[in-house]
Amino acid sequence: MEHTPPPFFNRGPAPLVRLAFFASLSFALLVLDARFHYTEGLRSVLAMAVYPLQTLATLPAALGERISEYFASQAQLREENAELRAKILSTSQAAQRFEAAQAEVSQLRRLIGASERLPVKSVPAEILYNGRDPYSRKVVIDKGSQNGVRAGSPVVDEAGVIGQVTRAYALVAEVTLLTDKDQAIPVQVVRNGLRAVAFGAGSSGMQELRFMASNAEIQNGDKLVTSGIDGTYPPGLPVATVARIERDAAYAFARIVCQPAAGVERGRYVLVIENEAREAQPPEETGAAIDKRPGKVRKPRRKDGEGSP
Amino acid sequence: MQISDTTSQRILLPVRASTILGSFALALLANFLPWRDVALAPDFVALVLVFWCVRQPRLVGLGAGWLLGLLIDVGNGVLLGQHALVYSMLAFASITLSRRILWFPLWSQAMHVAALLLFAQGVAALVRLAAGAEFPGWSIAAGPLIGALLWPVITTLLLMPQRRPVEVDETRAI
Repeated sequence: MEHTPPPFFNRGPAPLVRLAFFASLSFALLVLDARFHYTEGLRSVLAMAVYPLQTLATLPAALGERISEYFASQAQLREENAELRAKILSTSQAAQRFEAAQAEVSQLRRLIGASERLPVKSVPAEILYNGRDPYSRKVVIDKGSQNGVRAGSPVVDEAGVIGQVTRAYALVAEVTLLTDKDQAIPVQVVRNGLRAVAFGAGSSGMQELRFMASNAEIQNGDKLVTSGIDGTYPPGLPVATVARIERDAAYAFARIVCQPAAGVERGRYVLVIENEAREAQPPEETGAAIDKRPGKVRKPRRKDGEGSP
Repeated sequence: MQISDTTSQRILLPVRASTILGSFALALLANFLPWRDVALAPDFVALVLVFWCVRQPRLVGLGAGWLLGLLIDVGNGVLLGQHALVYSMLAFASITLSRRILWFPLWSQAMHVAALLLFAQGVAALVRLAAGAEFPGWSIAAGPLIGALLWPVITTLLLMPQRRPVEVDETRAI
């Protein structure tokens, strides 16, 4: 006769079996996310569930800041106002000069028949909090896909590039900072136009130029700006300054450490630049491709011209 | 007698599901607070999970840990499945140790918890290093140790609802 334990003692599968089940489920998710990026749908659904908790958590800090702002002394405000006014004067002058130069440039570009660069649109945003992950360098900003922020958009502050939007949720977005180990940005040395790729150096808060030959023409204090080759970052944004160069004959490459120009790890207000304008055009618009385009554009016109008479 | 030091001598009221759910919600909230230094912030969800796995291994287990892990993964924007794996392993280890831990006084319990939380942090570090991240330094061990120091506080707070005085019916005959 078969004896089965009464249901009172039934505790479901053994703990080890459960562990194996949940661990394999987690591993499957990890691989799907890390290798194939198949989990974005699930992520965005869960993100909406977590969002109220996240806003609630950032509320006390925001409230405290409001209150301290309210009690800021008049002298402090006046000082700040004077400072800002002086800044506006100097920047407006620069902006006027920039406008004139831009008009001139567009005129010249029209002369050579190159496509005019579209004006860059941008969304101002505020940094909500640092990412809670010690293995990467990320911040979360308060503008999401509802405000036109999309994954891949560059993020800048008043001094230069600070990073790139890597994930845009509906109401917030996650920005990977330039100092993250996996974050790369194509740069160009202002002095001689030398192109390179700058990678984050992780916890040191610096950047590295990898794969530069040890005899590359670069020196301490060189300014690096975005080259714009990738079609993601607009060209000419300040990125970093070369801080240290180690040339070792034993290695083929020099070790070049750079200090980011922008307040990558500080500051609160940032600008998300929309790269919509460039998406409309094929990515190979810069460089040699520019020279070909007018020819391509003109050809059909000539045909039209030939066909009409 | 050793047991006299512990809190387990007193007969507790049965736990209510709302207490467990509320404590997990509060822990999630505490985890999403904007901490200045990420490495020093204790993982409240892991701590509360250990607490319930030790106290109520039949109610809270690996499934709860896995779901909480997914929420943390999404909220922190890390690899999906990292905390899910870590928390289910943590829940398994705490359930295995649950019979043992409650025999010790609170501070010895905290040392067990320190070992558990360090184990969880180690698993997380292994997962991230395997996924290609760089090692952020030994400061990541500070969070679990601070979390273990909070164990007596958490125990007192979370056992409060079960320690309410029994309502005495004055009009009762006997």
